Amino acid sequence: MQRHLISAADLTRDDAVLILDTAEEMARVADRPIKKLPTLRGRTVVNLFFEDSTRTRISFEAAEKRLSADVINFSAKGSSVSKGESLKDTAQTLEAMGVDAVVIRHGASGAPYRLANSGWIDAAVINAGDGTHQHPTQALLDAFTMRRRLVGRDAGIGQDLAGRRITIVGDVLHSRVARSNVDLLHTLGAEVTLVAPPTLVPVGVETWPCEVSYDLDSTLPKTDAVMMLRVQRERMNAAFFPTEREYSRRYGLDGDRMAKMPEHAIVMHPGPMVRGMEITAEVADSERCTVVEQVANGVSIRMAVLYLLLGGNEPAVAHTRTEEK
Amino acid sequence: MDKQDTQHSDARPVLEGPDIARVLTRIAHEIVERAKGADDVVLLGIPTRGVFLAQRLAAKLEQITDRKIPVGSLDITMYRDDLRMQPPRALARTEIPGDGVDGRLVVLVDDVLFSGRTIRAALDALGDIGRPRAVQLAVLVDRGHRELPIRADYVGKNLPTSLRETVKVQLAEEDGRDTVLLGVKPTQ
Repeated sequence: MQRHLISAADLTRDDAVLILDTAEEMARVADRPIKKLPTLRGRTVVNLFFEDSTRTRISFEAAEKRLSADVINFSAKGSSVSKGESLKDTAQTLEAMGVDAVVIRHGASGAPYRLANSGWIDAAVINAGDGTHQHPTQALLDAFTMRRRLVGRDAGIGQDLAGRRITIVGDVLHSRVARSNVDLLHTLGAEVTLVAPPTLVPVGVETWPCEVSYDLDSTLPKTDAVMMLRVQRERMNAAFFPTEREYSRRYGLDGDRMAKMPEHAIVMHPGPMVRGMEITAEVADSERCTVVEQVANGVSIRMAVLYLLLGGNEPAVAHTRTEEK
Repeated sequence: MDKQDTQHSDARPVLEGPDIARVLTRIAHEIVERAKGADDVVLLGIPTRGVFLAQRLAAKLEQITDRKIPVGSLDITMYRDDLRMQPPRALARTEIPGDGVDGRLVVLVDDVLFSGRTIRAALDALGDIGRPRAVQLAVLVDRGHRELPIRADYVGKNLPTSLRETVKVQLAEEDGRDTVLLGVKPTQ
C-alpha cells in the first residue's frame, strides 16, 4: 500500500484485493452490538471538504469513528477559506495541529495530489473526490459491491472481477466516479464499457482501458452490472444534449431496459439519484438496485482504507518531503 | 507476538500427529469435567491455527457429550498492542456462533501461549462482542516467558524454552501435517 490514496489508478491488483478483503471483515463489525474497534485510537483525522457532500463526508466520519480515530470536520463554508485563505495555509494550519490524516474533497482536479506531494504536510492524504479527476474510495466501494453480489461474500475473498462485464452510463465527461471506476475495474480484470451521448464522452477516451458505445440497448444484454451516473447540472455550462426528456429516453434506465439485462445483473448508482432522469423509480426501488447497499459498503471500504493507511507504523512506500521553494 | 517462523532445518519435533490428537482428547475431557457437562461452552479459536484446534476440540466434545458445540473464530489483529510497530496486517475472520457469547462459558483456543499479549488482545476483542459468564483458555503448547498476568486453564504440553528458541505448530488443515517443532532462532 502507498501512504496516500490519491487515484484508483495507483492501486495494484493485489492492493485493491487486499482493501476489498479487509473491507469484508470490517463489514462484520456493523453487525456487532458494539460497532467500534480501538485500532486508530489517538490518531487524528481531518475531513477537509471544500465542496458540498453529505454522503461521502458522513461515510468517512462513520468509518473514522468506528475505528476510534479523533475526527475533525472542516468545511470551506464558514471557515477562513471563505476569507481567502489558500490551500497551502489551510494545510499548514492543520499540520501545526498535528493531524495524522487528511481526507480531502476539492472542486479542483489535482488538489489532493498537490497536498500530498507539496511537502506542506506530513499526514496521509485520502482523496474524497477532486473535480472531474478521481474518487478512489467510490470506485473501491463499487468494486466491493460488485464482488459481493456477482462473486459472493465468502467466495469473493482473494478474488478480483476478472471477466465481469460492467457498463457505465451517462455523464462520463464530468464524472470522477466513472474515471476512478474505469481505472480500478480494469486493474481488477473487468471489461468496462462506457455508454454516453457523444457530447458527454471526454476527449482522449480512446486511451482509457475501456470500450465506448453510444447505444445502451445493445450493451445491456452483455452486462453483469450497470452503473448509472447522475447528469451533473452544476458542472454543465453548455448544452450537451437537446432536452432532458431526450436524454432520459435514450440513456435512462427504466423497467423495460432493465428486463433486457441477464437475470443476475445488478443496477448501481453512486448517488444522489435523480429519479425520472437517468433512472426511473421502478428501477431505483427494485431488488436489483444496490444504491443503499453501496452506502453501507462505503463505510466498510473507508474503514479498510483508513486501517491500511494508518493502522501500522510505517507507510509501505517511503515518503520523502520535498520542500516547496 | 508469540510465534516466529522457523525456516531452518534443525528444528526438532516435540509433538507429532498422534500426540496432538491424544492431547486434544485429554483437553476435551478436562473441559467437560471442569464445566460440569459443557452445556454452555462456546469455543472460539484465534486465527489461524487456533481456529483449527477449536474445530477439532469441538468435534471431540461432541463425541463425548453427544451435543452440538458452538465453535467460532476471534480475530485479534485490530486489538493488538503492537499494531503501531509494524506495517498493517491482513485481517482474519471473526465468526461468532449464532447464539452469541452472552452468559456462556467461552473457551479461547490458541496454538502457542508465549507472552500472553495475544490473549490480552483476545479478551479486549471479546469484550466488544458480548459478556460471557466466564472465559477460559486452552492452548496446545505453553512455552513460558509471560509478559502479562495470564495463564492457561488447559495446556496440551508445557514446553520450557529459552528466548533463543522458536516454537512452530503445524496443523494438517494449514500446513499439511500435524507437528510441533522446536528450533533455534537464526542469529542475526
